[in-house]
Amino acid sequence: MTPALEIRNIIKTFAIRNAIGRVSGAVKAVDDVSFTIPPGGVYGLAGESGSGKSTIARMIMGLTTPDSGDILIDGVSILTKAERGRVQMVFQNPGASLNPRRTVGQSVMVPLVAHRFQGDRKARIGDLLDMVQLPRHFADRYPHELSGGQKQRVAIARALAVSPRLLVLDEPTSALDVSVQARVIDLLENLGQQLGLTYLFISHDLSLMRNFAATVGILYLGKIVETGPVAGVFERPQHDYTRLLLASVPVISAEEAAMRPVIPLINGELPTAEDLMALRKGLNAKENPR
Amino acid sequence: MTALLSVQNLSVSFTTYGRTAEVLKAVSLDVPQGAQVALVGESGSGKSVTMKAIMGLLPQPPARIHAGKIMFDGRDLLTLPERERVALRGTAMSMVFQDPMSSLNPVWTIQDQLSTILKYADRRLGRDRDRKGRRARVLDVLTQVRMREPERVAASYPIILSGGMRQRVLIAMALLSEPRLLIADEPGTALDVTTQAQILKLLRDLVEAQGLALLMITHNLGVVRETSNTVYVMNKGEIVESGPTDRIFAAPQQQYTRDLIAAVPRLTGRVTT
Amino acid sequence: MSEVQALSNSYQNWYRFSRNPTAVIGLVIVVLCVLAAIFAPHITPYPDHVGAVVDFRNRHQPPSAAHWFGTDNVGRDIFTRVIFGFRVSLSLAFVVLIIAVPLGTLMGLLAGYFGGWTEIIIMRLTDVALALPPLIMALAVAAVLEPSLMNAMLAIASLWWTWHTRLIYSIVRQIRAQEYIEAAETLGASKVHILLREILPNCASAIAVKTSLDAGFVILIGASLSFLGLGIQPPTPDLGTMVATGASFLPDYWWESLLPGTAILFVALGFNLLGDGLRDLFDVEDVR
Repeated sequence: MTPALEIRNIIKTFAIRNAIGRVSGAVKAVDDVSFTIPPGGVYGLAGESGSGKSTIARMIMGLTTPDSGDILIDGVSILTKAERGRVQMVFQNPGASLNPRRTVGQSVMVPLVAHRFQGDRKARIGDLLDMVQLPRHFADRYPHELSGGQKQRVAIARALAVSPRLLVLDEPTSALDVSVQARVIDLLENLGQQLGLTYLFISHDLSLMRNFAATVGILYLGKIVETGPVAGVFERPQHDYTRLLLASVPVISAEEAAMRPVIPLINGELPTAEDLMALRKGLNAKENPR
Repeated sequence: MTALLSVQNLSVSFTTYGRTAEVLKAVSLDVPQGAQVALVGESGSGKSVTMKAIMGLLPQPPARIHAGKIMFDGRDLLTLPERERVALRGTAMSMVFQDPMSSLNPVWTIQDQLSTILKYADRRLGRDRDRKGRRARVLDVLTQVRMREPERVAASYPIILSGGMRQRVLIAMALLSEPRLLIADEPGTALDVTTQAQILKLLRDLVEAQGLALLMITHNLGVVRETSNTVYVMNKGEIVESGPTDRIFAAPQQQYTRDLIAAVPRLTGRVTT
Repeated sequence: MSEVQALSNSYQNWYRFSRNPTAVIGLVIVVLCVLAAIFAPHITPYPDHVGAVVDFRNRHQPPSAAHWFGTDNVGRDIFTRVIFGFRVSLSLAFVVLIIAVPLGTLMGLLAGYFGGWTEIIIMRLTDVALALPPLIMALAVAAVLEPSLMNAMLAIASLWWTWHTRLIYSIVRQIRAQEYIEAAETLGASKVHILLREILPNCASAIAVKTSLDAGFVILIGASLSFLGLGIQPPTPDLGTMVATGASFLPDYWWESLLPGTAILFVALGFNLLGDGLRDLFDVEDVR
């Protein structure tokens, strides 16, 4: 079966410019990354800042192009032929991704106009608002009149406007309260089943990932250091970085605390990822780990 | 033994565009000497307003504290003359700010910023310290927050420091005048999860080692469980429930608390009910 | 979220604006002047004095109950001519701004959004235009073409748009980095849509402020030009010309020069106060 999304060996390097604009080096934001998502699946990409997750998202959306490698949606490479309608994105900060001077209806209208939606556009907007469980009259409201959760629902409605097959969710709930977050995740799950959507879920929140994603890829400095079904990776992490990530998550129950790996302290502190991996290599002999 | 900080029946209203809203309704909480207390609530619950009222950073108007007391060390902060109130701030009672990016002046070195803060704090306390003494104290606090190369960091501008290092600088700033109460406003929320874990552990260790009282303001229940032994749960301007952290998580009494805990996703997977 | 229904934007804006005394004064002045200009024939005591009327027995009369601003050197009522003079000033300001604002805004949008050569060409053009003083330019044009006030104002307009381009350019640069623009691009919106529907509404407040402040300046420049002799042909009243002709009778018949001058001050002040008030209003909004 053709995967809904296939990322093949993509590499993206950015030039580092100094103050005058002269190129002084290069950083590999994405270093030979590959993964696939089956149709209807949920793949979680876990990483912190600088891991390359945002760059990968932007390449899938066609906002940047990889230096090498390929991105295929439903078996068709999007590098040769850009196909915006198949994949859409929900951004992290709902307050920032909606134009403050446009009403909800006008914002949701944008993709309908851009993709030349045939049919009654006003009715479609109404249907979309129903789908995300917002009252239809919200179409006349401005973003500042809505709560964070409501704004994010509008962003979801907008992303679904032209019936994409793949949805990229970039930290969709990190700006929301935890009770609102739960409802938005529920909504995404229901919609996913109803509409047969495939999700690429990018987040640093591992607890959320455990409950939402089926497969997970741990991203560190542009490389996927560990991947597999989410339960297996979380319960039996193999890579040091995965272990460090899991150990850093603040949890609310004793049983969660018990499943977290124990990380040796360096100088009384939790080590950074580099320190931990250097320790493993035996190169860093700062202090004997307890 | 009376608590170091005791907020009693604090009520605050806000007036904007001609409309008045009650933001805090008879809020009471105690922070005993050396205790680690968390104030947890979602956005709009009133936890930031409470914190600002304690620190004396609430602009009145549009806010108005119309009832209650804030007792610190046996004295009501709300009835203190302004001069004495200001003298307390940054000395006996000190705050660790939330956003390390915007809380540091980008055109001053770390040494300059911290020395200046220390100079004014010393003045308020009537303490005499010369330039050399201030530099030494700045290096001292930077070492306390486990900076790897304190002299190099002190001589640097904020822009070259990482997010985690800047947060440590903010903690160092709060420790300068040997406070007795540390108020931490969502520490580490702007940081990566691994960096946040380091910062939280640092805070815990410092507080225990120096016998400080800690009041942590947060929306993250996981942070509450890991950093405090007493928790106050806030919703819509009221304290809904309070008590020892273990008890609240194991057996929450109020529906709001139960719902809040149930909404948090578990690392162990779905909670089957 | 909160149970309190969020107040609409316009209510909030009006509330804050009305609490600012100078802003309200500015608004009142502008409205008064505009209404006076529109209804001039109906509200002035001697509407025919704008035509070729002379009344030599009544010349150089000081302000009195019959003539609120006195009469000029040929006996015409100055108050009436001042009110009609507002017509000229305001319509000239309108002509200049209706050309300069849309043109300048469009150039700023293009330069700010597209960057590259578009930006370089447009911004260097504005640099050149900004180096030329408007008043001198107007006089130079008058020396070459027919010396009429309209020609002079068109010369001003040809330079004025560059100020707006500068302003809009810097605003568009900021807005372009916002996430909602990226979202619109991701959604596949066309460039025209992004420029006109996403970016332009966010410039609206800056345009409103600058345009009101500009109106005051343009009126002053128009009055200066007619003072210097490029005025509308007599007998049509024009504030600057009135100041000029009246100046030769100072200090004995002071009202013939000073009162039209005060009228110019009045209308320019109104626009300045209004512009400042709008700026205060929108500044807070942006900080929020």
